[in-house]
Amino acid sequence: MADSKITIALAGNPNSGKTTLFNALTGSNQFVGNWPGVTVEKKEGRLKGHKDVMIEDLPGIYSLSPYTTEEVVSRNFLVDENPDGILNIVDGTNLERNLYLTTQLLELGIPVVVAVNMADLIEKNGDKIDLKKLSKELGVEVISISALKGTGIMEAAEAALKAAEAKKNAKPIKFAKDVEGALTDIEGLLGGVPAHLKRWFAVKLFERDDKLPENVAALAPKAEEIITKIENAHDDDSESIITNERYEWIASALKGTYGKKGAGELSVSDKIDKIVTNRWLALPIFFCVMWLVYYVSVTTVGTFVTDWTNDGLFGDGYYLFGNGREEYTEAMNEYYAANVWTDEVTANVQKAADAGITGADEILAAIEDGDYEAFDEAYGFYGAELDEKADGAYSISDTVDTALGEDAELPANEDYGNWVPGVPVLVENLLDAINCNDFLKSLILDGIIAGVGAVLGFVPQMFVLFAFLAFLESCGYMARIAFVMDRIFRKFGLSGKSFIPVLIGTGCGVPGVMASRTIENERDRRMTIMTTTFIPCGAKLPIIALITSALFKGASWVAPSAYFLGIGAIIISGIILKKTKMFAGDPAPFVMELPAYHWPTVGNILRSMWERGWSFIKKAGSIILLSSIVIWAGSTFGWTDGAFGWNPDLELEDSVLGAFGNGIKWIFAPLGFDDIKATIATVMGLVAKEEVVGVFGVLDFEGLTALAGYAFLAFNLLCAPCFAAIGAIKREMNSAKWTWFAIGYQCLLAYVVAFIIFQLGSLVTGAGNIFGGIIAIALVAGIIWLLVRPYKEATTLQTAKA
Amino acid sequence: MKTLRDVAIGETAKVKRLHGEGAVKRRIMDMGITKGVEVYVRKVAPLGDPLELTVRGYELSLRKDDAQMVEVE
Repeated sequence: MADSKITIALAGNPNSGKTTLFNALTGSNQFVGNWPGVTVEKKEGRLKGHKDVMIEDLPGIYSLSPYTTEEVVSRNFLVDENPDGILNIVDGTNLERNLYLTTQLLELGIPVVVAVNMADLIEKNGDKIDLKKLSKELGVEVISISALKGTGIMEAAEAALKAAEAKKNAKPIKFAKDVEGALTDIEGLLGGVPAHLKRWFAVKLFERDDKLPENVAALAPKAEEIITKIENAHDDDSESIITNERYEWIASALKGTYGKKGAGELSVSDKIDKIVTNRWLALPIFFCVMWLVYYVSVTTVGTFVTDWTNDGLFGDGYYLFGNGREEYTEAMNEYYAANVWTDEVTANVQKAADAGITGADEILAAIEDGDYEAFDEAYGFYGAELDEKADGAYSISDTVDTALGEDAELPANEDYGNWVPGVPVLVENLLDAINCNDFLKSLILDGIIAGVGAVLGFVPQMFVLFAFLAFLESCGYMARIAFVMDRIFRKFGLSGKSFIPVLIGTGCGVPGVMASRTIENERDRRMTIMTTTFIPCGAKLPIIALITSALFKGASWVAPSAYFLGIGAIIISGIILKKTKMFAGDPAPFVMELPAYHWPTVGNILRSMWERGWSFIKKAGSIILLSSIVIWAGSTFGWTDGAFGWNPDLELEDSVLGAFGNGIKWIFAPLGFDDIKATIATVMGLVAKEEVVGVFGVLDFEGLTALAGYAFLAFNLLCAPCFAAIGAIKREMNSAKWTWFAIGYQCLLAYVVAFIIFQLGSLVTGAGNIFGGIIAIALVAGIIWLLVRPYKEATTLQTAKA
Repeated sequence: MKTLRDVAIGETAKVKRLHGEGAVKRRIMDMGITKGVEVYVRKVAPLGDPLELTVRGYELSLRKDDAQMVEVE
């Protein structure tokens, strides 16, 4: 029976060691999810050695006020779910503020046990703490623990369990006499609430809390007279009176309990902080740290492992420990030199390069370098160009295709070193061996495995990044990032911590979106999730390169302009969105603790890395897999010679996807590219942004003006990201409504920006349409109005969010 | 009225009362800046905002605009 189970809520301030304690108490028996409808993480786990005891890890909070999502979630759990007990962890080195939450927990009429963490550190510092006296003051059991070393933690958990079983409800602290009198009067009004919650609701009514259940909130007018009387007497508002009372009670309780020596002396943490947030050094240090995080997780380890996953494990295969790679490359280069790069081919490419054919110089450079991989890439991209121009005078495709065709005897991978075939190759061989039919084979290989590969390809990079984030968070530097960068980012409705998601987003939007988890305020977090993918990620670079070389003759301003476009979109979105109804209800005070620096434990970092990585695979995996199968079906079902059916070798134009593209291409007419290929390319971009390039060869740009090309670029950079990133957005938003809002907003913004670029650009070049121009100018005016319209920061949390 | 914003870096001030309302005010109080407490203004962020304070034995950062809500003696 579920009722026989005992639930203990674990509550405490952020940075109090709560996560370490939770991990130590539950081990690997954890369930990680989200609180319903909000982006706040929910964790629960079974207490080690007690199968029937569930530990519910509440979010790290400072108070039970009604103003932040974390606090409201915690309150609702404590009041509505009726846990059997509370284990309250407090940081012994920071008792005064930590006990503030304790004074509120004591009012809930639930058994409470207080675990003082880092008590050993206090003694070492030469400070003194009298736990016996503290226990007497609080009226509950107080146990000294070290979450890090694991001492005392089981005793604390068992004490909480014992208190819960004995139903030894905690007693609230006593306020000043007149306040107590008022609270008693208000309690008298509370008829219908359970006896143990009377004190809690009385205090909340006194504070004029706006997150009360209806039956209690209905009593507010009756309580008003009592409250006003006290307010007048104290010359202060009721909320301040209660807060003051709490802190005053703590100060008197700690007198004689807690002796701090050597005030004014600099601790190690203070010394580190002096350098790290120094006026002159802070920014250089910040950029060095960011560079390191980016370089390792995106550029080196990330790319290396991700490439291996995409091209090796989920590609043709790979050489174990790289053993044999060099020999193979050498053999391939020799084969190309002998069979592909004949004198005729080289001469033709030389002539084409002299004639200024696009890409010919790249092919030539590859031949001169004797690099077959570079040649394949350049030829694949520009080969057709050589066939088309000058009636095929420069064509090299006959020779190349014969030399690399099916009958050619190319060096085989397996003849060199330790070649391990990739998963698709292995599965294909297996399917061939069991005579699987072509349809099923295609579904498994191109639909499912390609989808799984797309998910797993991001995972290594993500794990490296999450390890870094966990380190930065738990060592205390993350809070300093927010401190240092706040001034810039808060103007756009973002947090200083938004810098990291955006930075990581330049590599890949998927870990970028996931990195938003470190932002503590829900509004900032949602805003960051929505805007991170505007920045051009690694997969968007080929699109930029393609447009630049095909339509702008490789102009050097195009690529930087794409980044400015991304940054501009983030800034404008931040300012506009924070004024919208969706965001206006979330107050975002920046009153942040700067925790003391300390070395995190390896175990905690690995655990955090694993949890975040795994939750991505679980939550985002399904959406990516599903969409991968849908796109596969869309591109392989279609019309062959007028008859509908399945055909794996279908041209995209003849497929269902092509028909879909043809059907919706009118949407893009105002943006200048109502072209079937451009439309399909945009749709394919949802699978992976680099697919856009695959659909859209160089030749297809002949009919497109440079302006329309740039509008196409702008649209594809800003619109909905790839499915993997959408999956990450869904995972982080934890709400269908917010996911759709994010995707919808991104597409809308992309459309508006591309529209303005094309229409105003056309006007300037004289080819414009007056009607379109007027709309474009109206849109610009509209955006400016949205940017400058007055706005007042919310002071209460508006949505119920339950 | 002298507020926390006017306190020079390296100075300590005693809080007289809090102005304003709602989330920000409650948050400031929850973090321990209440009537009568001593607040040490430790430094200002490299870009000129926010402030770093020491209050009740720990470090707290507060934007200058919000510091204006805190009246000091």
